[in-house]
Amino acid sequence: MAETMQLEIFRYRPEKESVPSFQTYEVPFHEDWVVLDAINHIKDEIDGTLSYRWSCQMGVCGSCGMMVNGVPKLSCAAFLKDYHPNKIRIEPLTGFPVERDLIFEMDDFMTKLKEMQPYIIRKEGEERSLEEGEYIQSPAELAHFKQYSMCINCMLCYAACPVYALDSTFAGPAAIALGQRYNMDSRDQGRDARQEVIASHDGIWECTFVGECSAVCPKHVDPAAAIQRAKVSSTVDWFKDVLIPWGKKK
Amino acid sequence: MAKSNEPIWWSLFSAGGMVAAMIFPILIIITGILVPFGLASDDPLNFERIHTAVTQNIYVKLIFFIVITLPLFHWAHRFRFTLVDVGLKSMSTLISILCYGGAIAGTIASAIVFWNI
Amino acid sequence: MSTYHRPVSNTWWLKRKSYILFMIRELTSVFVAGYCIFLLVLVYKLTQGADAYGNFMAALKSPISVALHLITLIFVLYHTITWFNLTPKILVLYRGEERIPQGLVAGTFYVGWVVVSVIVAWLVLGA
Repeated sequence: MAETMQLEIFRYRPEKESVPSFQTYEVPFHEDWVVLDAINHIKDEIDGTLSYRWSCQMGVCGSCGMMVNGVPKLSCAAFLKDYHPNKIRIEPLTGFPVERDLIFEMDDFMTKLKEMQPYIIRKEGEERSLEEGEYIQSPAELAHFKQYSMCINCMLCYAACPVYALDSTFAGPAAIALGQRYNMDSRDQGRDARQEVIASHDGIWECTFVGECSAVCPKHVDPAAAIQRAKVSSTVDWFKDVLIPWGKKK
Repeated sequence: MAKSNEPIWWSLFSAGGMVAAMIFPILIIITGILVPFGLASDDPLNFERIHTAVTQNIYVKLIFFIVITLPLFHWAHRFRFTLVDVGLKSMSTLISILCYGGAIAGTIASAIVFWNI
Repeated sequence: MSTYHRPVSNTWWLKRKSYILFMIRELTSVFVAGYCIFLLVLVYKLTQGADAYGNFMAALKSPISVALHLITLIFVLYHTITWFNLTPKILVLYRGEERIPQGLVAGTFYVGWVVVSVIVAWLVLGA
């Protein structure tokens, strides 16, 4: 008799129901299966109506984020054997509106990424033309922001953040980490432009350093640290503005 | 979105947090265990000694004042966000006024007490 | 066809150990404020004369005072430890490409804490 496991999965079909429910499925247990394998098995063999996002199956695309027993995880990185023989509860990532089953609306996140102006910004007249060649950057300069460039936009950090769950106007960990990725890039000169978003009430100042964002990040980006460092630099800016108001560059 | 004025409260929160982290544990051990149980030499917190130290030395007054008031601002900022985090965001303006107001009131009270020693 | 907005409970912080520890860390600030008030009362008693001050100091020997001090100490120590452990997140220093180890940054604060505590104890008790 082959071993099995139970998955209790969040269902929501807006054309059928106005409130979600949970449906339990029994799947085979394999030592090397991840939650995504089990969900794919359900879709292929048991219930084709189950809807969810996935792609690379190897933790680089950021598509398969979901709550596994209340903890945000990539379903391709959560091994069944770590939960076996207990039942696993699967839900869409916390803090986002649900479209259908495990699929949540990510529009807010996409807007926030765009607002961060996530590209190299050069000051007027300081752009290099193609003929002038690349912007030169040393390995040490790269080291300063490399960690923040590893984000795969999986949104586990937003699901872990209680501030975002309570108030979705918060810019959030990944967006601010992305802003810092460019702020700390030696080739970039756009920090002032990003500060309007980062240093606003809905930016870094809503963060209470719970730190769960960094704890759940599958790529070790450490957005919590990015946010606290932004608080320090924004505070230095603020004191400079207040104490040396004539020093403003236009 | 305008840049926020949070930095002033956050600076006070950080400074107060550092003061509390560094100095409060030893002070609590002194007033809570060493002195009551007579484990420190010869009643070091007696009236004469402490009163003289505080009245005769402006730096003692100043340091004492900072040790009492900065951590109050640490509490104000942290407690304000704690209340918001448990769902009271709709009252956030009132909460801010009560918290920072409380810290300011404590600061004024301390200034008055130290002025009158 | 509508998206479903899941309600957020105000007791979200009870659901995971990391959230509970976070909330305890935040609540340490109440005990910090409590000790500030205690110190303020102590200084106030100084202005009220030797008798008032003497009574206040005698009350420190009471079980309630000792108990409150011990509880406050536990929470303040939790504040100190969590505070120092978070310093490497904020103080990110590099030597070339190498990041200064986080343990070293936090460790420096712990060493500073011992030094400050010794100085404070010497000043308050002995000097």
